[in-house]
Amino acid sequence: MQLTIWNYEGPPHIGAMRIATSMEGVHYVLHAPQGDTYADLLFTMIERQYRRPPVSYTTFQARDLGGDTAELVKNAVAEAFERFKPEAMLVGESCTAELIQDQAGTLAESMNLPTTVVPLELPAYTKKENWGAAETFYQLVRALLAPVIPTPPVARGPVPSDRRPRVNLLGPSLLGFRCQDDIVEISRLLDQLGVDVNVVAPLGASPADLRRIPDADFNVDLYPEVSRTVSAWLERSFGMPRTTAIPMGVNGTRRFLAEVATLAGLDPSRVEACEAAGFMPRDPTRSRLPRYSRSVDSTYLTGKRVFVFGDATHAIAAATVAQEELGFQVVGLGTYSREFARETRAAAEQLGVPALITDDYLEVERAIAAAAPELVLGTQMERHIAKRLGVPCAVISSPLHVQDVPARYSPVYGFEGANVLFDSWVHPLLMGLEEHLLQMFRGDFEFNDAAPPSHLGVATAPQPIEAAQVVVAPGQPTWTAEAEKELRKIPFFVRTKARRNTEHFAVERGVANITVETLYDAKAHFGR
Amino acid sequence: MNAEAKPLPFPQRQYAGTSVLRERGQREVFCGLTGIVWLHRKFQDAFFLIVGSRTCAHLMQSAAGVMIFAEPRFGTAILTDRDLSGMADPNDELDRVCATILERRPEISTLFLVGSCPSEVIKLDLSRAAIRLTERYSPQVRVLSYSGSGIETTFTQGEDNALNALVPWMPDTDERQLIVVGCVADIVEGQLRSCFERLGIGPVHFLPGASARQLPGVGPNTQLLAAQPFNGTTIRALCARGAHLITAPYPFGAEGTTAWLAAAATEWDVSTERFASVTQPLAARARLALAKHKTLLAGKRVFFMPDSQLEIPLARFLKREMGMELVEIGTPYLDRKMVSSELPLLPPDVVISEGQHVEKQLDRVRAAQPDLTVCGLGLANPLEGEGLATKWSIELVFTPVHGYEQAADLAELFARPLVRRSRLNV
Repeated sequence: MQLTIWNYEGPPHIGAMRIATSMEGVHYVLHAPQGDTYADLLFTMIERQYRRPPVSYTTFQARDLGGDTAELVKNAVAEAFERFKPEAMLVGESCTAELIQDQAGTLAESMNLPTTVVPLELPAYTKKENWGAAETFYQLVRALLAPVIPTPPVARGPVPSDRRPRVNLLGPSLLGFRCQDDIVEISRLLDQLGVDVNVVAPLGASPADLRRIPDADFNVDLYPEVSRTVSAWLERSFGMPRTTAIPMGVNGTRRFLAEVATLAGLDPSRVEACEAAGFMPRDPTRSRLPRYSRSVDSTYLTGKRVFVFGDATHAIAAATVAQEELGFQVVGLGTYSREFARETRAAAEQLGVPALITDDYLEVERAIAAAAPELVLGTQMERHIAKRLGVPCAVISSPLHVQDVPARYSPVYGFEGANVLFDSWVHPLLMGLEEHLLQMFRGDFEFNDAAPPSHLGVATAPQPIEAAQVVVAPGQPTWTAEAEKELRKIPFFVRTKARRNTEHFAVERGVANITVETLYDAKAHFGR
Repeated sequence: MNAEAKPLPFPQRQYAGTSVLRERGQREVFCGLTGIVWLHRKFQDAFFLIVGSRTCAHLMQSAAGVMIFAEPRFGTAILTDRDLSGMADPNDELDRVCATILERRPEISTLFLVGSCPSEVIKLDLSRAAIRLTERYSPQVRVLSYSGSGIETTFTQGEDNALNALVPWMPDTDERQLIVVGCVADIVEGQLRSCFERLGIGPVHFLPGASARQLPGVGPNTQLLAAQPFNGTTIRALCARGAHLITAPYPFGAEGTTAWLAAAATEWDVSTERFASVTQPLAARARLALAKHKTLLAGKRVFFMPDSQLEIPLARFLKREMGMELVEIGTPYLDRKMVSSELPLLPPDVVISEGQHVEKQLDRVRAAQPDLTVCGLGLANPLEGEGLATKWSIELVFTPVHGYEQAADLAELFARPLVRRSRLNV
């Protein structure tokens, strides 16, 4: 048994749900008990999806266990097919169903439905969400492409000269970090480079789109946690090369474009050409990050101690950007993606810091506390940790909170992504001048090192002074101790308003003493 | 008992037994583990340890955890393949995990072991483990167990099972007393206590209170008043200890609260005059506050998807006090004993559905096009996407909605989605 409070990843069937829900025309039948439908709200709430995840749950109960749970699976599969007519159907089990061994996937295959049925075996007691997503994506692509796998050898020739090179962008999915904006940014950069996007998958793709994957010249492994299994298979079976660079930060984006240019047979100088295309203030082919980072006001960022934790792809890339492009000092680098432990260790070694490979939230907390960073770049979990430790934090990776899915366009990949990184990592910090003043005048009661950065506003401001400490002006009604106590039971965020309304109400009616009754009379009078 | 002194009995009508639509299929309802989300805040001296899978842990953090920054008084002992394959003895593992928790949280005096779907399927006996661990950690820590699994419980039944686990630890008492059963917000508890005091009813205890250790006694002179309709098992266990259930509608809305208090007042022989002098001003104030919401809600058609078991009393409130029309009242299960005073207050032709086949139910929602659909968060935005106004039901469990002073707050929860729609112009 493993004791946990918070988890970086859900079980592997959540990964399968991410693939199904990211796509069109795919339906997932999940053999699962009541309660597992909680997962729907990850998509409807965190991602604000206005459609239900395409998932049917068998909802078996204790009383079914002695009887025929297999029949429940068949019924659910038949009903889901009838109702949704999917182009492809995933069939699998959640943790409890795995224990009762109904072999849901095999059962579904035996029904001979006129659609592609992909049985999923995702071991819930050994594997986790990202592995489940990668495995599901791979199984689905393999099932759809099985009829067209070429006979080896599968090496491809150079890109024909009569058309632009074509790539697939693999890996973006719902609940991934900023994927939707990243693919817009990356597609635009590729277009400028002279490369077309053939298929983006799984996000927004249909099974028919997946069948077109081999039409591309090579694959862009955009989010390796989800795409590496499938891109490796496509390389082996279809001879499709794949990229390794992650286009995060200015340098990362340049390295990525250079790698694409090489694989596409384009002259690498085109990268520079397309980046130098213009000098307009909002030229999308260039990032403002270098100008901002070199600006003298940014000198206070120099050597700021940063702890980085997240999925391996974002954590490694963020650490490099923090060190190279903002001049921070990385004091810790880690990931919960055990599948990418090797890459993370290599990156940490290069930065000269120990690598932390763990999915134990408490261990991450201890490591951050020990490293005493001035900024944490992490996931939603590190936001909890940083808040407790009183350290500023910016989110760079899933798992996500609803706040990490912003309304505005905010990619983290590409040149525009670099701008976003600069803003979102610098914003939580104390500004340079403020930092100086704090060191000069430590005793100021509202401007001291226990107070939050002054530009961060009321959200983190100290609690308003309670009325007990406020001197009552003559003519103002006074509060009885009982009423005062009652008032404190009202949530703090409406307490001030309730106090004001009640006093207003009391003055209007000439009530000198505010009792609990006055409080509620006023509440009833004002309503909401 | 003085017949003249009885408060006005609540209008009684024989309930003919509306036909209930029973459905079986996909349920879009939480499992009983979710009750920990509020119980771990209510009990300040208890820790809830779910013995389950990564799915259980993920449920807890998705359903509520990501909103809570304080370290929660709950955790999950995740079963791994070592536990399942017999490489590790799950009981030894459990002992180890419990030791870690109690070391880290020395202020904990009650540890709940909470069973889940996988722990039940592999037949891990948590009740025996609880006895073993209680022996080890007694008297500092008491270890209890209950099931919150989705194969046996739905959403609010988790609270019922947790409270039921406390019943054997309640001391015997012959004292004449009232126990209010069901978790209510602290502010509600204070208001209700004040009401009972002014009515001369008491002593009054609340279950759950702030402590899982300081429990009220129970015995033949104990009267029970249910504040929530989902604690049937606990009520039955308390009755087996000699207590008596005062059946009443639930304290939602002015009318419901009056009826609820009246049932207790009758039991305590409170005079009609005294009852009226205490409750009438409160009820009048509540009605005043309700009036503005009634203007908006009256005549609107509401559809309840099954969620928290609150559906029947809330539908009664919306129908009788807000003048809404009831399209369908979905409820996860129908415990007729727990709603015996509610059912007669519903229109005789009302459609009640028990269980769920979510696709068929959504078909009925689409066909009926209600003005407001009360449903879980998994369905709310998708229905909004189809042009239907929704009220997410979990808020009805997480907001103080009981009693006179909250009557208008309760109405406002239903009014807000409609108000918001009328305000937005984008």
